[in-house]
Amino acid sequence: MIDLPILSMLIFIPLFGVGFIMLIRGEQETVQNNARRVALYTSGFNFLLSLYMLFNFDKDSADFQFVEQGIWFSALDISYHVGVDGISLFFVVLSAFLVPICILASWNSIKTRVREYMIAFLILETFMIGTFCALDSFLFYIFFEAVLIPMFIIIGVWGGANRIYSAFKFFLYTLLGSVLMLLALLYLYMEVGTSDIQTLINNPVARNAQIWLFIAFFASFAVKMPMWPVHTWLPDAHVEAPTAGSVILAGVLLKMGGYGFLRFSMPMFPEATEFFAPMIFWLSVIAIIYTSLVALVQEDMKKLIAYSSVAHMGYVTLGIFTATTQGVEGGIFQMISHGVISAALFLCVGVVYDRLHTREISRYGGLVKNMPKYATIFMIFMLGSVGLPGTAGFVGEFLTLMGAFQVSTIIAVFATTGVVLGAAYMLVLYRRVVFGEQKNEDAASLKDLNRIEYICLVPLVILTLWLGIAPGYVMDRMAPSVERLIAHYESHLPDEPEQLAQYTLEGAE
Amino acid sequence: MNITFQSLQPLWPELFLACAGMILLVIGVLSKKENPTRSITLFTMMSFVAVILLLIVQPASSEPILNGMFVQNEFTIFIKLLIALGIIACLALSPRYLERSQIAKFEYPILILFAGLGMMMMVSANDLLALYMGLELQSLSLYVLAAIRRNHIKSAESGMKYFILGAISSGMLLFGISMIYGFTGSTNFDVIATTLLQDMHLGAVIGFVFVLSALAFKISAVPFHMWTPDVYEGAPSTVTAFFAIVPKVAAIALIIRLLYLPFVALEDQWFEMVWLLSFASMTIGAFAALRQDNLKRLLAYSSIGNVGYVLIGVVAGGEAGISAVLIYLTIYMIMTIGTFGILLCLERDGMYFEKISDLSGLSRNHPFMAYSLTILMFSMSGIPPFAGFFGKLIIFQSAISSGLFILAVLGVLTSVVAAYYYLRVIKVMFFDEPVAAYDIKDIEWSRKLVITGSIAFVALFIFFPSFVVNVSNQAVSGIF
Repeated sequence: MIDLPILSMLIFIPLFGVGFIMLIRGEQETVQNNARRVALYTSGFNFLLSLYMLFNFDKDSADFQFVEQGIWFSALDISYHVGVDGISLFFVVLSAFLVPICILASWNSIKTRVREYMIAFLILETFMIGTFCALDSFLFYIFFEAVLIPMFIIIGVWGGANRIYSAFKFFLYTLLGSVLMLLALLYLYMEVGTSDIQTLINNPVARNAQIWLFIAFFASFAVKMPMWPVHTWLPDAHVEAPTAGSVILAGVLLKMGGYGFLRFSMPMFPEATEFFAPMIFWLSVIAIIYTSLVALVQEDMKKLIAYSSVAHMGYVTLGIFTATTQGVEGGIFQMISHGVISAALFLCVGVVYDRLHTREISRYGGLVKNMPKYATIFMIFMLGSVGLPGTAGFVGEFLTLMGAFQVSTIIAVFATTGVVLGAAYMLVLYRRVVFGEQKNEDAASLKDLNRIEYICLVPLVILTLWLGIAPGYVMDRMAPSVERLIAHYESHLPDEPEQLAQYTLEGAE
Repeated sequence: MNITFQSLQPLWPELFLACAGMILLVIGVLSKKENPTRSITLFTMMSFVAVILLLIVQPASSEPILNGMFVQNEFTIFIKLLIALGIIACLALSPRYLERSQIAKFEYPILILFAGLGMMMMVSANDLLALYMGLELQSLSLYVLAAIRRNHIKSAESGMKYFILGAISSGMLLFGISMIYGFTGSTNFDVIATTLLQDMHLGAVIGFVFVLSALAFKISAVPFHMWTPDVYEGAPSTVTAFFAIVPKVAAIALIIRLLYLPFVALEDQWFEMVWLLSFASMTIGAFAALRQDNLKRLLAYSSIGNVGYVLIGVVAGGEAGISAVLIYLTIYMIMTIGTFGILLCLERDGMYFEKISDLSGLSRNHPFMAYSLTILMFSMSGIPPFAGFFGKLIIFQSAISSGLFILAVLGVLTSVVAAYYYLRVIKVMFFDEPVAAYDIKDIEWSRKLVITGSIAFVALFIFFPSFVVNVSNQAVSGIF
């Protein structure tokens, strides 16, 4: 086998695409077409490369693989250090998979400033993959925060009517969270003397410092997730973003928060994690129930799916902070399945939006008659989002709830109500859009899926079903890393429970 | 004491500059050409190139010369290189603007040259009197520059304001110097340092407060910042660019030298003062800028905020802190030059525009300018992967490792507030409907070079971040 620097290639190939697109000259029409093609080929090639990485991934190892380390910021002893383990592997593949789909989805719907649009998406891909691969905390931070730039421009330039407000809200909210994380990183850098993630994990700081650092990291990741009550930027951003922007936002950007919890918060601050876990459980439960209820009354399709994303992310945080094997694996799986399903749902909304230019649920109805294929595909994703067994959504929800039961029955009971509510709002959405009378002439005369939309949606259908029926492929590869994470977490907890129990007994006397 | 040409080697750059200035003044007066500004500007730039060469060949460190009045070491050389580069860039931006605004007088480059000479003298001062002389040489040149557009009411106003407030601060400085002299018996830095270490008299502390206040005025740290927005707005744009970059670098370098050499014994006192200056500057700089609609005023407040960040590094102190200051100053200077370069391109039918709304839809008519300004604005707000982020990273790192948590937290929070107004500039360029196109066909090559150079630095910094850090780490050895 040839020893390729696969991760660096994955990170930087999109930038070569950007260079190509910048060099294109000629008539506006040709420039646009060529920009689309270059972007598609580049991201498509990147996806194939990520598959190559996936197939060469050693599934029995918990260690970082495909590691590359190079001199970069030697004055501060910060190096260019990348690698993937079972936790980050699938996020890298997911990012590489969704970008070509986004570019295809924007093939016809984006007509202005096509060249800039494609450049923004390729740069975004670089930053996203970099975030998941980085093994140096400052490198991570740079990619993590740089993502804001292309996303701000995507929402702001190609978004809907109220795009400026949304773009600002998105940017400032996330920035506010991440700057606190930067200070925490600097503190760690001072205490431990390195910014290397593995070293930081192996050298936890004192409990008191952990608490503060956890809060700083939490500020960043909770906003990114987003967790209730700092989720309000998400519905705004989703509603105004162009379809492909929503796909990436829901599919990849939200996962950076969960990934951050797994890579930083849990292993680096185990004691603080244990301390804050109950609070996070309740925040997650509130998120699941409250945002599901909010989703029930939405009149805007995208807003409804956005709120459902917040609820689904509630399961993720719930699962991760149970710190049980099932919970953490469920959390990761939930993120992957949500990445596929919610991305697909936003594409489905995009399909009808492109035709009718409205996202209001009441303007549609009876689409099953004139768009049968669309109705079928939409149904699969809808059921996936509900968590029907046999779809990807089920596995994640089931595992996280199992993890939650091991920790606290009451939390699990509350969280499970979210499953029912989830079914309620998704089914209502589906019924109102697809079934029922054909109230509007224009909605009744919409054409069914075209070829490009097929190409976008069919792989997602296959993935949704495959992940639901045979989750083992993904599970096997993440299991060793998750095991190691949990073993590490538990080994760094102080053996205090007995002491605590004694204390309460004395108090009772 | 025997003064030979060779023994004056540390002074060569300054001597050369003084001679060049006077010769150019004579050439300007005697010149038969209709308007010798362009050629004089070119000669001035060449003089500064020569100064850079003279600085590079300087031996790294040397004893104070001229009876302990003047010192040249790694630190001053680094600062002087920055000053010289900043001046060259400012001059490269100028000619076309000066001609279009009918202020193309040959005194303009020469005044900048003398201001530069004054700054170099004050950075190297090793005696309070030498410091005062250098400071006044630069200040008087700056007052005239601010008012150089004589037939323009705002320019005259800005010159007047600057002069009156500057004169007050000079008065304070002299008063402080006299008190320090009274209580320590000397104006020499080394003598003051040893005297204060032995016996810290309250009178000297009061005198020092006056000195620091006067210098805080020069760097426009809050609460001594009131003049900045008005002077920035009123002065011709090229002069504003110069104000924003070069005198600040010099004044901050001077403050560092004062705090860490003669007044190092007063660390307990100045720590709190500089802490407060930093705190207030960051806060006011961020919040007051939110409501500005003039780009020059916006940049004025942004410079106030940035001074706050720089002062974090000064408070943090130690080699790491001072090195962080130098890195931040370098990056900030390059970003600001690029921003002003683009601002100067907003020109239509001989009129210059400086409102934020004048940038409307710039990305349609002038995509290159718009993208450049976008990069600069993201960099100014400290978003990676641009250079501005690394400046902030290093400043905050020095703050955290010195335990200045409050300043660090305030710093990052105000940087989010500041991000809002930088984003507003981007928003106007990209999301708003375009105004008429600007005349940018025959922009002089020197301005293009400055803009491209600054963009290239900001965007590519991530690939060689160690270079600037290593250079500034070396420069710091002149202080400690």
